[in-house]
Amino acid sequence: MSEVTKEVQDKDRAQVERTRSTNVYTPDVDILEKDDSIIVLADIPGVSESGVDITLEKDVLSIFAKVEPEVPEKHQLLRTEYGIGDYQRSFTISNEIDREKIDATVKNGVLRLVLPKAKAVQTRKITVQAG
Amino acid sequence: MLWTTGLGKFAGGLDPWSQLGCMENEMNRMLSRYAYPTSSEFPAFNVWGTNDQVIVTSEIPGIEPSSIDISVSGTTLTVRGLRDPEQAEKGVSYHRRERWYGKFSKTIELPFTIEAEKVEARFSKGILYITLPRSETEKPRKVKVKSA
Repeated sequence: MSEVTKEVQDKDRAQVERTRSTNVYTPDVDILEKDDSIIVLADIPGVSESGVDITLEKDVLSIFAKVEPEVPEKHQLLRTEYGIGDYQRSFTISNEIDREKIDATVKNGVLRLVLPKAKAVQTRKITVQAG
Repeated sequence: MLWTTGLGKFAGGLDPWSQLGCMENEMNRMLSRYAYPTSSEFPAFNVWGTNDQVIVTSEIPGIEPSSIDISVSGTTLTVRGLRDPEQAEKGVSYHRRERWYGKFSKTIELPFTIEAEKVEARFSKGILYITLPRSETEKPRKVKVKSA
């Protein structure tokens, strides 16, 4: 089961330098599978809908979310418990996904990605013929 | 190695270095969780200040703004709230469950007494911003020295 959404450690990507000098965080995710779809929920506080970039290349799903930091002006930072930065994470999805119908929404800083399974891979019952 | 290329997508699974990379990633995530919120420490706060006010910001994505409860008393600020889990329907199986759910409550001490009446809070893109002005009675006053 865990094979379905394995995390990708993209070696090539790791060697490519980014042009933005902000930090990059690994967002916490929930991945759940329904009969007809796979749903990915990711915490990406500080990112608006337009800042999310999702790609599905072959079987690798990549999420990149660009943060628009809101820093209070003329204020001094007195205490830091969390850092601000972009979010990036990739998974391999072994199910066939209906690419045309992928849906992504962002609400209150949570990305909700619905990946509908292609019709052909939705539950198929195979009856074993007695020989 | 030529023979791994024939295995297609399983080639990555057999490569010990990519496995190590995955492990490192997972370890970092787990460790960062210890440094970061435990139930009493959640959510994380950043505090910004001037002489006249402080701004407390906190990342609490996925919370309905109406469920956030903020109370101020003297120099302490308390933020309470609740994040509901995704409704479990029939036939749903979890592959990963890393996101945080439940009730939280956090209290912090601020550098000065707050004018409780004038506290303002705003919730945008999963981040809570609380502006807390310093109490008028506590603001430092300049005293002019009269010459005799």
